[in-house]
Amino acid sequence: MKKGFETAAEKMFLLSALLSVLVTLLILGFMVILGLPLMKGGHFFSLLTQGWSPRHDLYGIYPMMMGTLAIACLGVAFAFPLSLGCASLVSVLAKGRFAWFLRKAVQMMTGIPTVIYGFVGIFLLVPLIRELLMGGSGMCVLSASVMLAILISPTMILFFTDSFDRVPKSYTDAADALGGTGVQKLVYVILPCSRKGILTGLILAVGRAFGDTLIALMLAGNAIQIPGSFSDSARTLTAHIALVIAADYESLEFRSVFACGIVLYLFTTLTVLLLRASENR
Amino acid sequence: MKALSEMNRFMEIFVRSFSWICGIVLLGSISCIIGYLFYKGLGTISLGLIFGDTNPTDALLLREQVFDGLFPAIFGTFSLVILSVSFAIPAGLASGIYLAEYAGRNVRGIFGIFFDILAGIPSIVIGLFGFSVAVFLHRHLSDRIFPCLLISGLSLGFLVLPYIIRTTQVSLESLPLETRVTALALGATKFQNILYVMLPKSLPDILSGVILAIGRCAEDTAVIMLTGVVASAGVPKSLVSHYEALPFYIYYISSQYTDTQELLSGYGASIILLIICAFLFLIAFMVQKGLTYHALYRA
Repeated sequence: MKKGFETAAEKMFLLSALLSVLVTLLILGFMVILGLPLMKGGHFFSLLTQGWSPRHDLYGIYPMMMGTLAIACLGVAFAFPLSLGCASLVSVLAKGRFAWFLRKAVQMMTGIPTVIYGFVGIFLLVPLIRELLMGGSGMCVLSASVMLAILISPTMILFFTDSFDRVPKSYTDAADALGGTGVQKLVYVILPCSRKGILTGLILAVGRAFGDTLIALMLAGNAIQIPGSFSDSARTLTAHIALVIAADYESLEFRSVFACGIVLYLFTTLTVLLLRASENR
Repeated sequence: MKALSEMNRFMEIFVRSFSWICGIVLLGSISCIIGYLFYKGLGTISLGLIFGDTNPTDALLLREQVFDGLFPAIFGTFSLVILSVSFAIPAGLASGIYLAEYAGRNVRGIFGIFFDILAGIPSIVIGLFGFSVAVFLHRHLSDRIFPCLLISGLSLGFLVLPYIIRTTQVSLESLPLETRVTALALGATKFQNILYVMLPKSLPDILSGVILAIGRCAEDTAVIMLTGVVASAGVPKSLVSHYEALPFYIYYISSQYTDTQELLSGYGASIILLIICAFLFLIAFMVQKGLTYHALYRA
C-alpha cells in the first residue's frame, strides 16, 4: 500500500516533468505545422533570404532578421562595457554603503516592467534622439538599442558580479598582500578568473536582446526595410509577429510570422547549447 | 621601470574613472526614467483614476462596471496572475522535485536543456503558441473558442514554468546532506522525506522564485497581446471572454492616445504597475532573507 503510493507519487512527478518537456516541443511543432504552406518544397531557406513585398508575393523575413540583428547587436554593444564597468564598481572598486546601494538598485531594476521602459522611451528618449539626429521621427534603431541596453544591463551586471565574487578569496588576498591596488586586482586577477562567467552573462544578454519585443515595437518605428544607419527605422522579428497577427489567419502574409517564430526558437536553442558548451569547457 | 609605473598609473585612472562613469550613467538613466514617470504621472494618481465615476465598493464587489477607470485592467492583470500561477506552481513544483530527487544524471541533463530552452524562448513566441492553440481549437473542437483569458493564463503559465522548475530544483539540491538523510535514517520514505523535511526547508527559496514569477506574469505584454487582451472590455465575465490588462493598457495608450487626459492615465497606469512590481520584488527579497520565517512555517 505504502509502496504503491510512493510509486504513484514518483509517476506523478515524472508525468509533469514530461509534460513540461512536451510543451517545449509543442511550441516548435505548432509553428512548423501552421507555417508549413509557406515552406513547402524547401522554401524555408529562401524565406530567410528574400525581401518583403506582398505585391510581388514575396514574404521573406530577411529585412526583419537584419532589423533584429542591428538593434540587438547595437544594444549589446552599448550594454556590455556599461555592465562590465558597473560590475567592477559593485564588487571591487566601490566600497561600503555605495556598493551595497548600487547592487540593490541593479537588482531592483531587473523587476521594472519592459513596457515602462518603452513608455518612457517614447516620451523622453525619442524626442531627445530626434533633436540629436536633427530630423526624422526619432523612432529608430538608435533609440531602440539605447533603451534595450538599459533593459538588459541589470541582468548582465548581476551575472558578472556573481562570477567576480566567486573568484577564490586566496587569489584576491594574494593580490592584496603583494600591494596591488583595487584596479590591478581587478585587471590581473578577477577578470581573467571570471572569463567564463562573463561569457555566460554575455550569451544570456544576447538571447534576451534578440527576444525582446516591446522596446523595438515601441521605439524602432517598425518600417520594413534593411536599416542602413542608426537613424533608420527598422522592424524586428518579434515586432513583426506582434504587428501581423491582427490580419486574418489564412493569408500568406500571416504565415510569415511562423517563420519568424521558428527562427527565434532555433536561435534560443542555439544560445542554450552554446551556454552548455561554455559551461562544460 | 619608469615606463611601467607610468602605464600602471594610466590604467589605474582609466579603469577607475570608466567604472564610475558606467555606474553614474546607469543610475542616472534609471533615475531619469522613474523620475520622469513620477513627475508626469504622480498628479493623476487618485481613486478616480482607478474607479472613474463609479463607487469603489460597488466596483470591487463587481456590482457595477467601471467605464472610465483602470479597475478592469487591474482586475484583468490579477486574474491573469492567479490563473497562470495556479497552473504553473503545481506543474513546476512537481517537475522540479522530479529533476532534483528522482531523475538520473542523464535524464536531468536532457530535461535541463529543454527547460533552459523553454526559459529562453521569447515571450512573443509563447504568445504565438497560445494563439496557434486557440486557432487550432477553434477549427477542430468548437468555433466558440477564441483567444481569451484562459488561453492567456495558460500561455503565461508556460512562460514562468521554467523559473519555478529551476528554483525548486536548485533549492532542493542545495540542501545540506544532514538535512537530506536524517528523516530517511529514521525510517521515513522518500516521499515523506520530500514532503515533510525538504520542501519546508527550501520553502523560502521556492516562494521567492514564485513571487518573481508572479511579477513576470504581471508585467508581460507580448504574450497577452497575441492571446486575447483588448483595449476595452470591462471586467471579464468568464474564463473564455476578452479582458483588459495593465501592461497592455500602457502599450495601447502610448500609441493610440487621443488627448492629454488619456496620456496622463497612461502615466498613472505605469506608476501603478511599477509599484505592484516593486512591491512583489520587495516581498520576494524579504522572504529570501528569512524575514517571514515565523509567518511561514513555524506557526
